[in-house]
Amino acid sequence: MDWNAFSPVTALAGGALIGLSAVILLALLGRIAGVSGILGGVLQKPDADWPWRLAFLVGLPLGAMLMAQALGGVALTLPAGIGIVIAAGVLVGFGTRLGGGCTSGHGICGLARLSPRSLAAVLVFMASAMVTVFITHHVIGR
Amino acid sequence: MARILAALLSGLVFGAGLALSGMSNPAKVLGFLDLGAIPAGGWDPSLAFVMGGALAVALPGFAWLRRQQQSGARPVVADGFHWPAAQGLDIRLILGSAIFGMGWGLAGICPGPALTLLVLAPQTGVIFVAAMIVGMAGYVLTTKR
Repeated sequence: MDWNAFSPVTALAGGALIGLSAVILLALLGRIAGVSGILGGVLQKPDADWPWRLAFLVGLPLGAMLMAQALGGVALTLPAGIGIVIAAGVLVGFGTRLGGGCTSGHGICGLARLSPRSLAAVLVFMASAMVTVFITHHVIGR
Repeated sequence: MARILAALLSGLVFGAGLALSGMSNPAKVLGFLDLGAIPAGGWDPSLAFVMGGALAVALPGFAWLRRQQQSGARPVVADGFHWPAAQGLDIRLILGSAIFGMGWGLAGICPGPALTLLVLAPQTGVIFVAAMIVGMAGYVLTTKR
């Protein structure tokens, strides 16, 4: 274990806020807080759901900025290499739409409503991500 | 307007949670995904606590809302609850999730944190989000409904 990096208290508290956000959206709007689904929605022809989706997508980075300011900054170590960032972004965009959700829609909302489909998705993307990291960090990297 | 404010509030809380939890930091996410670092003592299990904290709130919250719906309640500013209708496993779910996982593992960035990077680290954030939108557009163009 990396005891220097391990941060259970802020992880739990931040996680609780994410869970609260999902409950807020469902209680107020009756909608699932899945970021890839909401983003995919605003990329389509504007409909009655377009304004609230955009508002959610504007609020999310704004909330992160306010929290970062309140904390006096957050630690960030970014991936090296623009090629990696582009390739990863394309895979994440395509995969989340094909799979119908990401870490929030399947990972939090899906598991919270006890969806077997979402559990399968979470197991697959976790395993896939772990294998990818193993390959890049321990097989071809370092 | 009420719907916009409700979604804005949810987004604000979501983004604040991502920044507080450390999920915005790609290196921290990779530190969780890197099981190969366990023998050398370099594994960071924090992300599991993010998931635990989120489910500790969302699980009872969703169950409560389901009961409210069953007793006839509606969302505060909408006509009804839109629970996802899809059921059962299919190849799209599995393949899509596997592709998503590859991208997540490559950079340590998933869609929510990507949006936070738009303001926390604009250079990387803008490039990643643009690429993600290209990937989403690619999905729309290559799949017929």
